[in-house]
Amino acid sequence: MTSELIVFLVLSLVAISSALGMLFSRNAVYSALFLVLNFVTVAVFYLLLGAPFIAMSQITVYAGAIMVLFLFVIMLLGAGSLAPTESLPWQRPLAILLAVILAMESTYLVFARSRSDLVVTAPDAALNSMDSLREMAMTLFNQFLLPFEITSILLLVAMVGAIVLSKPEKGGQR
Amino acid sequence: MVPVDYYIILSAILFSIGALGVLIRRNPLIIFMSIELMLNAGNLAFVAFSSVFKSFNGQIFVFFVIAVAAAEVAVGLALIVEIFKSKKNINIDEMNSLKG
Repeated sequence: MTSELIVFLVLSLVAISSALGMLFSRNAVYSALFLVLNFVTVAVFYLLLGAPFIAMSQITVYAGAIMVLFLFVIMLLGAGSLAPTESLPWQRPLAILLAVILAMESTYLVFARSRSDLVVTAPDAALNSMDSLREMAMTLFNQFLLPFEITSILLLVAMVGAIVLSKPEKGGQR
Repeated sequence: MVPVDYYIILSAILFSIGALGVLIRRNPLIIFMSIELMLNAGNLAFVAFSSVFKSFNGQIFVFFVIAVAAAEVAVGLALIVEIFKSKKNINIDEMNSLKG
C-alpha cells in the first residue's frame, strides 16, 4: 500500500463523512460548515491529481464565495432549523433505498469496465509549475474562447436576475 | 499510484449522497447544498480523467462548471429570499401553488 493510497483513503473517508454530516445535520448552519469541509477535501484531491489552479479556484469560489452566500441567507432568513414535517412517511426509506441502489450500480459499472492501465500517478514538479498553468491558459483562451465569453454573459445575466428579483416592488400588486 | 477507478467510485458515492439529500430534506437551502455536492462529484470525475489522460480539457470544463454553479446559486438564493418574503416560510412542502 503506497503512501498515496493511504492519503487517498483517509481523505475520501473525510469527504464521505462530511457529506453525510451535511445531509443529516438538524441545523442548516452546521450543514453549510460540513459542506465547506467537503469542498476543501475535494480541493486537496485536485492537488493530488495535479490540478493546482482548479484546487485554488475551488477554495476561493466554492468554499469562500458560494458558502458565505449560503451562510448569509441562512442567517438572514433564520432558517437554521425548520420544524420537521413528514407529509409522506414512506418517502425517506424509499429515498435511502434508491440512493444505495444508485451508488451500488455505479460502483459495479466502474469495476466492470475497469482498465488496470489507468492509474493516477503523483503530480511531479513539472505538472505543478508555471509552465503547466500557462499551457492551460493557452487552451482556455484559444480553444475555449467562445465558451469563456458566453460564461461572462451568463454571469452578467445572473447578476441582473438576482438584482431584479430582490428589488422591492414599486407600488401595485405583482 | 491510485487507480482512477477509486476516484470515480468516490465521485459516484458523493453524487449518490447529494441525490439522497435532494430527496429527503425539506429545507430548500439544504437541497441547494446537495445540488452543489453533486456538481462537485461531477467535477472530481472530470479532473480525475483529465489527470489520467494528461489533457487540460477536463480541467477547463470544471472551470466552466464552477462559474455556472456560482451563477445558479446567486439566482436561486435570490428566489428563496423572495419566496420567504411572500410566504414567511421556506418549507418546500408548502410551495405547491404557482400563485405568489
